[in-house]
Amino acid sequence: MTSTAEPEVGRARLRKEDARLITGRTRWTDNMSLPGMVHLAVLRSTEAHAKIVSIDTSAAKEMPGVIAVLTGDDLDPGGQLGMPCAWPISPDMKSPRRPVLAQGQVNFAGEGVAVVVARSAAEAEDALASIDVEYDELPVVLGMENALAEDAPLVHEELGTNRNALWVFDSGEAGSGGDVEQAISEAEVVVKRRFRQQRLVPAFMEPRSCVVDPTAAQLTMWSATQVPHILKTMAALTLGIPEHKLRVIAPDVGGGFGGKIAVLPEEIMALLVAQKLGKPVKWTESRSESMVAAHHGRDQIQDLTIAARRDGTVTGLKVELLADMGAYLGLVGPGVPILGAFMFNAIYKIPAYHFACTNVFTNTTLTDAYRGAGRPEATFGIERIMDELAAELGMEPLELREKNWIKHEEFPYTTVSTLTYDSGNYEAATEKAKQLFDYDGLRREQRERRERGDPVQLGIGISTFTEMCGLAPSRVLGSLDYGAGGWEHSAIRMLPTGKVEVITGSSAHGQGHETAWSQIVSDQLGIPFEDIEVLHGDTQSSHKGLDTYGSRSLAVGGIAVVKAAEKVVAKAKPLAAHMMECSEDDLEFAGGKFTVRGTDKSTTIQDVAFAAFMAHDLPEGMEPSLDAEAVFDPENFSFPHGTHLCAAEVDTETGRVALRSYVCVDDVGSVVNPLIVEGQIHGGLAQGIAQALFEEAVHDESGTLTSGTFADYLLPSAADLPSFTTDRTETPSTTNPLGVKGVGEAGTIASTPAVVNAVIDAVRHFGVNDIEMPLTPMRVWQAIRTGASAAGGPGAEAGGGLGSIDSAQGGAR
Amino acid sequence: MIPAPFDYVAPSTVDEAVRALVDAGEDAKVIAGGQSLLPVLRMRLAAPTTLVDLGRIAELRGVREDGDALVIGSMTTHYDVQRDPLIGEHAALLARATDTVADPQVRHRGTFGGSIAHADPAGDLLAPALALDAEMLVAGPAGRRTVPAADFFDDFFTTAMSPEEILVEVRVPKHTGWHAHYEKFNRVAQAWSMVAVAATVRTEGGTIAEARVGLTNMASVPVRARGVEQALVGQAATPETIRAAAEHAAEGTNPTVDGNADVEYRQQLARVLTGRAISAAMAG
Amino acid sequence: MRITVTVDGTSYTDDVEPRTLLVHHLRERLGKVGTVVGCDTSNCGACTVHLDGHSVKSCSVLAVQADGCEVTTVEGLARDGTLHPVQQAFHDNHALQCGFCTPGMIMQSIDLLADNPDPDEQAVREGIEGNLCRCTGYQNIVRAVQDAAHHMRPGAGPEAERVAGVDQATGSRAASSVGGGGE
Repeated sequence: MTSTAEPEVGRARLRKEDARLITGRTRWTDNMSLPGMVHLAVLRSTEAHAKIVSIDTSAAKEMPGVIAVLTGDDLDPGGQLGMPCAWPISPDMKSPRRPVLAQGQVNFAGEGVAVVVARSAAEAEDALASIDVEYDELPVVLGMENALAEDAPLVHEELGTNRNALWVFDSGEAGSGGDVEQAISEAEVVVKRRFRQQRLVPAFMEPRSCVVDPTAAQLTMWSATQVPHILKTMAALTLGIPEHKLRVIAPDVGGGFGGKIAVLPEEIMALLVAQKLGKPVKWTESRSESMVAAHHGRDQIQDLTIAARRDGTVTGLKVELLADMGAYLGLVGPGVPILGAFMFNAIYKIPAYHFACTNVFTNTTLTDAYRGAGRPEATFGIERIMDELAAELGMEPLELREKNWIKHEEFPYTTVSTLTYDSGNYEAATEKAKQLFDYDGLRREQRERRERGDPVQLGIGISTFTEMCGLAPSRVLGSLDYGAGGWEHSAIRMLPTGKVEVITGSSAHGQGHETAWSQIVSDQLGIPFEDIEVLHGDTQSSHKGLDTYGSRSLAVGGIAVVKAAEKVVAKAKPLAAHMMECSEDDLEFAGGKFTVRGTDKSTTIQDVAFAAFMAHDLPEGMEPSLDAEAVFDPENFSFPHGTHLCAAEVDTETGRVALRSYVCVDDVGSVVNPLIVEGQIHGGLAQGIAQALFEEAVHDESGTLTSGTFADYLLPSAADLPSFTTDRTETPSTTNPLGVKGVGEAGTIASTPAVVNAVIDAVRHFGVNDIEMPLTPMRVWQAIRTGASAAGGPGAEAGGGLGSIDSAQGGAR
Repeated sequence: MIPAPFDYVAPSTVDEAVRALVDAGEDAKVIAGGQSLLPVLRMRLAAPTTLVDLGRIAELRGVREDGDALVIGSMTTHYDVQRDPLIGEHAALLARATDTVADPQVRHRGTFGGSIAHADPAGDLLAPALALDAEMLVAGPAGRRTVPAADFFDDFFTTAMSPEEILVEVRVPKHTGWHAHYEKFNRVAQAWSMVAVAATVRTEGGTIAEARVGLTNMASVPVRARGVEQALVGQAATPETIRAAAEHAAEGTNPTVDGNADVEYRQQLARVLTGRAISAAMAG
Repeated sequence: MRITVTVDGTSYTDDVEPRTLLVHHLRERLGKVGTVVGCDTSNCGACTVHLDGHSVKSCSVLAVQADGCEVTTVEGLARDGTLHPVQQAFHDNHALQCGFCTPGMIMQSIDLLADNPDPDEQAVREGIEGNLCRCTGYQNIVRAVQDAAHHMRPGAGPEAERVAGVDQATGSRAASSVGGGGE
């Protein structure tokens, strides 16, 4: 590479990761097979809430191939072990113990009750049916308002309440704004709405899996996890394993979306069983198991009140949330809705703001992070109610937004929720989106269709969003009582032959870090892209890190890489000067070469690395290495933003929604790899649209998950989604040297309200002002017919999936 | 998930298959394409002691002409039905309905007869078979017998066949030159039908001479929309007459309620989709 | 039961339990772990392989049903170190992120192109409707399949001639052979 070469950062590099993934040479955890390995299968509770009267494992123990059948009491006789929650959001938060396997009581359908250890996975599964559990049913607590009712039965009797925690932010008290009650009482216009964020399943494609090898020098666990470093520390703490005796490896991981930010009971089980038996152990879940046992996401009831003047100036926003935790607290579950506290005010200048969130226990699968985690919920709430306010005022919804958003010349801007947005240009993104969308043309067509009473009505949905990414400045996490910092680590190894190994604490599972980090290092060190290998996901090689979630990898982990590279150059410089017999001050470094200023005398960093390796002739006192590491703690969040426009056609005779066009212009700051950025946006859009139209985790009145397979939990296929028009504006972040902001969650956060707003806009003239998600054809049709918001009802259930397969008539098709 | 253990036999003739079923007793099960059965076995919603696989019986595959009818072997795959020139010419309705079954991989394995015998009211081939007055030839220990489609479907997943009988072939009267369309409504592409309408129409001049309309998932069995058929016959095929006829579509239906649709909504869909199916048939 | 299955060009004879699914036979007995399991209900398509030239979900086929058959998996597509055009197109168009659905997507895309060598966008979308992806939103997958179609078109150059396999005279086809897949 020469100094005139095109920079790597910004290039649409094809991914390094692909080679193994497109040829099947993958290392999924379930591919792992070790000598003498035994298999685990977990018996899961069929009851949502019950006392366990007895568990009879004797017959199962006699089944072929069975080595052991263990209950919670077998694994943890003292009842001491509890799965960790790392985010106690308030000092008085109620935190029930979550055992590895249920002890005495089950609290959701799907909770582990016993584990079979057998020679094969099939034999382990066979033995499950022979375990006899006697339950004594307890009243099932479902629905957050039911759970909070005066005389409600309790999920955890010993807590005395189903209320997990209350978390409040008030701009009047914080001094960041006015008093919201006053704003509401003095307002010319007040709009109140209740929105429901249905429960979702993250539905990563690779089911979770772990393998534990107790015969290795360190107790070694492979796991399909997003968080190998957190898992290592938490598992060590939970089980009292000395941390230096445990190694965690996240090999190829097939998606996460927040759903693999967890420390699993099954991982703890596998560690316990492997140590007990002295044999390698594997657990791989089935999809059906994953649906009930892996954590869910979202599930909020949002009560919003917005106050404004007649001219559209927003004067106050009050947000009251109920958030369903499920039966226990996940690793960061209680904090997920709290992340939304900072985002309801979104891109708007809102002078008074109040946020209160009540977390609630119910007898359901626990909830925790799912792509966006708290921010999609907030964005949905504010972008929906902005449309409702516009309708109330008779204003064009884009104009209302423009009237209230932060102008580009007003950055940096400190919001009513106390965040300082460093940069942004909402005008530019919106203008570009309008052009690409043909906003005016579609509005015209909408009018025409409405006037002629076309059975297919057209609606336009807007979502002008921002998000807080780059989780997170450690001091901010500290102020939120989060159980860790928000830094990230990187190290660079300069190998003798001029090649480079980059170590990162970010743990990718589809994001393309190997490619993007190579691009960054290539520019920083002037090393060819191909000569760089990125190592991650193994606590032995990548010993330090806080992993991948919250669109943090590039904005935090990527910056750590830059910092490490800067240290390498700084270490190389004295040696280069020594080699060329000049003063360090005369050297400049560019394109991988140290050049003596004003001469053509130069040496490459590879030559310097070799000289350091040989160490025959180093400057006085220099250690023989250019290797360096860095830990980066961001000073601020980053704030990607964008304008998403959706045109939806609604078939008024059937209620079916078809997306006619979807345009988004995102500003994710500077871009390392536009191909990867575009891919992240596409995938994010699909998930956000799926929340709007297709997906919902539904429990029946007994607490059984009725959408428990991919036949019932409707993930959209290619045939169910349109092509998206994506574009970007680039307003660099000013708080990191790359100017990057993060892109992993943008599409998901922005798209859900854009779609729902479009559908409501298409049918508002029928008197409809809300339809509950997912916007099933029946709900849309009913809303049109009754001219009202169609909530819940039979559409809130799953069904239809496997035909009517549960009648078990079998046969063939 | 892994099915519970079972014995497996793969006979090479129909007689052997019947004998295998008799020998294996009441917990035996026939596997045709297996595309509905294997997920059921994996989920352990069923645990037959023996599977009798019809996949190696050559006699059960293929489509042939027999006078004024087509004869479709029960083990003919959906993929082959979709592409069969005889079916395209004489029973286009079946081809169009088969196009919508599940997804391409499932259509490669799944079979016409398996789908009929499974008798899931949400299955897409039952209503067309009913609308076309198909006849099922079944073989059992007492020999072979023919059952008209109208008498074949008894209830959810229940047919006139006894557990020891297998479906050999389906005889479909030729509907040469008829217009046909299958209008399917579901929430995502690979899902089962919430409601679907099978419509096929013969015109003379500009007038509808004959019409056959079958409804999918509007009761525990496929339903013939006789009111619609009667309203169409003798009419000019205008949007108005089609719309008026389609208003009869939900008459006498008794659809189930599930998460995706209640009775009222399914009946609405039946009416709307019937109109669309007939219009599309005429246009095609 | 003793079965013989040819997988990616190699014949294997094994004793299997009748209940063994083809995908488990491939993964656990034959070490063909490139083919993966993503669900229990045959919805996700991650396990798609070719069975006698047609795409099937190997979680919905018993190993005993594959006795005497030829199976092609994603591991059998590349020849002499050269990627199949569909594999190449997935790479070139960034049609994968986590890559878990990718083996099934690629196998189904090859099947689709065998039936329809020049699919429009809608035909591609419907052709892969039995394969779920959670990462990509499908847009780049659709682009990749159309790109591959372009490269596999007769006359597209020496690269494509390698894989031309449709018997024009009879119209018969074998998906894997069209794709140059190891049978």
